[in-house]
Amino acid sequence: MKRFAGWSLAFPATLLIVVFLVLPVLATIWTTFTTPAGPFATYLSFFGSSFRRTVLFRTIQVSLAVTAIALVVGFLTAYVVSRAPGWLKSILIIAAVFPLLTGVVVRSFAWLIILGKNGILNSTLLNLGLISEPITMLYTQGAVIVAMVYLFVPLMILTLVGVLESIPDDLIQASASLGAKPSATFMQVTLPLAVPGLIVGAVLVFTGSFTSYATPQLLGGEQVMMMGTLMYQQAMVTFDWVAASTIAAVMVVITIAIVAAMNAVARRLNPMAT
Amino acid sequence: MTRNIHPLLIAGTVLVFMFLVGPLIIVLGAALSDTTYLTFPPQGLSLRWFENIFQIDAFRRTIFTSLQIALLSTTIALIIGIPAAYALNRHRIQLPGWLSTLFILPVLVPELVLGFSLLKNLAVQFNSPIYISLLFGHSLIVLPYVVRVISASLASFDFSIEEAAISLGSPPLKTFFTILLPNVRSGVIAAFILAFITSINDVSISIFLTGPGLSTLPIQLLAHMEQFFDPTVASVSVLLMLLTVAVMAVVERTLGLTFLAK
Repeated sequence: MKRFAGWSLAFPATLLIVVFLVLPVLATIWTTFTTPAGPFATYLSFFGSSFRRTVLFRTIQVSLAVTAIALVVGFLTAYVVSRAPGWLKSILIIAAVFPLLTGVVVRSFAWLIILGKNGILNSTLLNLGLISEPITMLYTQGAVIVAMVYLFVPLMILTLVGVLESIPDDLIQASASLGAKPSATFMQVTLPLAVPGLIVGAVLVFTGSFTSYATPQLLGGEQVMMMGTLMYQQAMVTFDWVAASTIAAVMVVITIAIVAAMNAVARRLNPMAT
Repeated sequence: MTRNIHPLLIAGTVLVFMFLVGPLIIVLGAALSDTTYLTFPPQGLSLRWFENIFQIDAFRRTIFTSLQIALLSTTIALIIGIPAAYALNRHRIQLPGWLSTLFILPVLVPELVLGFSLLKNLAVQFNSPIYISLLFGHSLIVLPYVVRVISASLASFDFSIEEAAISLGSPPLKTFFTILLPNVRSGVIAAFILAFITSINDVSISIFLTGPGLSTLPIQLLAHMEQFFDPTVASVSVLLMLLTVAVMAVVERTLGLTFLAK
């Protein structure tokens, strides 16, 4: 009876996920193996095309750069925020939540105004006499990386503030009272205890960057094509749905593999679990 | 209280927060400019670009569609998400382990893949209205917010109150509406508002599920930006930021903003 109650309550949501997510996505992946040319033909052609390989490597490269920058910036900022006095902490959290809840189009658009040919950065540099003509900043890998770091730093800060606040203060005080310098306490107590949180943050940022669409579309354009923009182009511009499905399958496999691998690593590294 | 923090770290933090807030202030400035092109600092103050939003038919239409999709998808997610969260918390032992994995899938599967799959295997394959795919696609991506927020509310709910009601003869549905729901009310409000803003801002699912005659506000913004570089997009952005402020106020009063850091 209880088993039935649990099932019937979870059933509508389960049905939604199965019908509108599991089946359509599996069907997309299935079609990549059932082309007339043979089961792996689409993958051979994906990895055989140097253009598509370049897009894949560029996407990995950009995502890794964004993850690394967001980790360092986010962790150091979260460290300061978590030790700030109460009123200041509230203000800082508001300042991090605000961009987080603001849409990706608005946040990417801001960088379009800043980095454009007649944008704020170029006109400032021109006025200061540092450059004699506008530099091309839009539609470069750098522009995409900056805008994505902007996108993900708030998420990283908030994730890590939560993690850092959950570290018992006793441990920090114990370390200090045993004579460790603040830097030693940071390196030997705070940092190791934050590792599981850093892994969670890194996975969120990497998979988010890897599968993003709006930011590379607006700030990278055709020149800095990434997996998401390439998939859209194949599906909606050239109408090659088999190629688009192949990119989709590659994205799903890489995302799930990274999440699974990092889960395993996080479980191993968690010093509290042992 | 700022215990032993290196001054360089504090300076770095100040820079990071300038980096976080600065671009949004620039958008606000650009929206208020009286010029026909995007510029900052604004030259002359004017609200005419805000008026312009409502003069462009496509914006009027897509604002309406976005609000409609957000309201409907959030309602669907609440109706099916609240019982699911209850089952996952209260009947976890009776339910198979893969069920909680299934509930992570909407977060795990890239939204672009979901949007494309709904277009290809539902809208086109079965020749079904694209609106259906758009609506249920949005319900799917907001469902995890609902389940997570309601689960957090249930964690602090004292289930013995519910048991007392049942043992005194209250039927299950009545118990749900008179005992459980009022007790997780703030969680429901927070879940609603977080789901709502997520739906309003979505690009990755909607990009595949819009087309002639059906579009959402962020997709219309993207299309507009590709053709024009006037302050209209900035003023729509400011409207969306005002919505964000309202959402933050509601989250602060219900869950507390620090919930988002958990």
